[in-house]
Amino acid sequence: MIIFKNVSKRYPDGYVALNNIDLTVASGEMVFLTGHSGAGKSTLLKLIAAIERPTSGTITISGQNIAQLKLSAIPYLRRKIGFIFQDHKLLFDRNVFDNVLLPLQISSFDNKTVASRVRAALDKVGLLKKEKAMPIALSGGERQRLCIARAVVHRPNILIADEPTGNLDVEYARDIMAMFTSFNQVGVTVLIATHDASLLEDTQHHILSLKQGKLAV
Amino acid sequence: MIRAWLMQHGFVFFITLKRLISTPVTSLLSIIVMGIALSLPAGIYVLMENLQSISGQTASSPQMSLFLKLDAQKEDIARIKQQLEENSQVVSFQFVSKDVALHQLQQSNGLDNLTASLIRNPLPDAFIVHTLKNTTETLEQLRAAMQQWSAIEHVQFDSAWVERLHALLKLGRFVVLMLAILLSIAIIAIMFNTIRLQILTKQDEIEISKLIGATDSFIRRPFLYFGAIQGLAGGITAWSIIALAIETVNAELIEIVQLYNFDLHLQHLSPEDSISLLLFSAWLGWLGARLSVASHLWQIEPR
Repeated sequence: MIIFKNVSKRYPDGYVALNNIDLTVASGEMVFLTGHSGAGKSTLLKLIAAIERPTSGTITISGQNIAQLKLSAIPYLRRKIGFIFQDHKLLFDRNVFDNVLLPLQISSFDNKTVASRVRAALDKVGLLKKEKAMPIALSGGERQRLCIARAVVHRPNILIADEPTGNLDVEYARDIMAMFTSFNQVGVTVLIATHDASLLEDTQHHILSLKQGKLAV
Repeated sequence: MIRAWLMQHGFVFFITLKRLISTPVTSLLSIIVMGIALSLPAGIYVLMENLQSISGQTASSPQMSLFLKLDAQKEDIARIKQQLEENSQVVSFQFVSKDVALHQLQQSNGLDNLTASLIRNPLPDAFIVHTLKNTTETLEQLRAAMQQWSAIEHVQFDSAWVERLHALLKLGRFVVLMLAILLSIAIIAIMFNTIRLQILTKQDEIEISKLIGATDSFIRRPFLYFGAIQGLAGGITAWSIIALAIETVNAELIEIVQLYNFDLHLQHLSPEDSISLLLFSAWLGWLGARLSVASHLWQIEPR
């Protein structure tokens, strides 16, 4: 359960990215966040993972107020979340397998189980045969799937994706949306920010649209 | 849990060694710089420890020699004995008659030819007096008082040079402390900069690790290992530099020792001091790394 109450975010230069947002995402729900670029979608997602902090208001995730979270507690919050970044944030100095391994190294899983977990995640996104490849050698769609594998390898409760179908053609985009749906079906709360209207045409999921930092109904 | 923790540390240790070896010239240069910086205060410390042990062998308590006039009689000797016994400052004394003194002279240093040619014994009777440990001023007063006793030719304050040496050692210790503090700060600064450069090349990894839930200690760990290992290597270098210097000096000393029939050779740091040096240098490297990472992590916290 993610609850925003009167959340505002104003940047030091005076720009207001979010203005008094109230919203609730139930656990196990799949929610789309739409709006033009600059409407505050990315900011809203980053507030959930405490990558940025709100100027005012409270954000509660499973009863914990993220807005007041101590710095030392932030890593443990982020481990409950799988985040797919708009700019991918892949590490180009290591291969596909090692990129997916990183979240497990960070949360120090036992070495015996990590390899099978990494392969399971790669299998889900169809990259099992490319585990030795370097990210630079992957296509745009493959990179996006690598990001998804890294985001789900530690089995988070919440999956957040910022423009996951950004530069992909329709077929690839559909594949990726199908993956998110399957994660949602096994109980993961999924939040997807997108400006791609075609993704939303036939969806029955909850759609939140942001306009100039405010939620439009 | 503990096993996973140990494996992570082992893994990081291994990665750190690999990182050190992957840039051999840079690593070696920093290690040499640290080694030389550490060898200065540690080397002076070694020198002072040696001086101290030499001075310690020579005299543990202040010592004076009372030389009697050549024409001093048995009664004079008995009277002086009594005066020494009554003096509260005197701990112990020993009478060396002129015959014994001459005999000792004949025994030592191959001077028997010279002494054999003497017509009469030129040496005076003497007392060797050990006094209470006291300030140089009080001892000097005692010396002056004894000088006034009849039948005394001369009173020599044998351990005056020891006093001066102790004063010098005290000054030396202060110099070592100052040097150690200054050069420690220099080493921390060197390590700070080394780690800062490493962080710049690892910025992506650090940022991404933090975004997906790495704790600060996870991010710090490889850098701390790097700092500590490099510091330790610097300490080992310093130890080896001192060992080499001592070997060289001792080789030179052998000749002097043979000339003067005098046992003198320099000792290296004791095992305890050696371990302290290594631990301290590792700690300095660790501290420099820690400060460097902390300043970087602070810059990328969410606001």
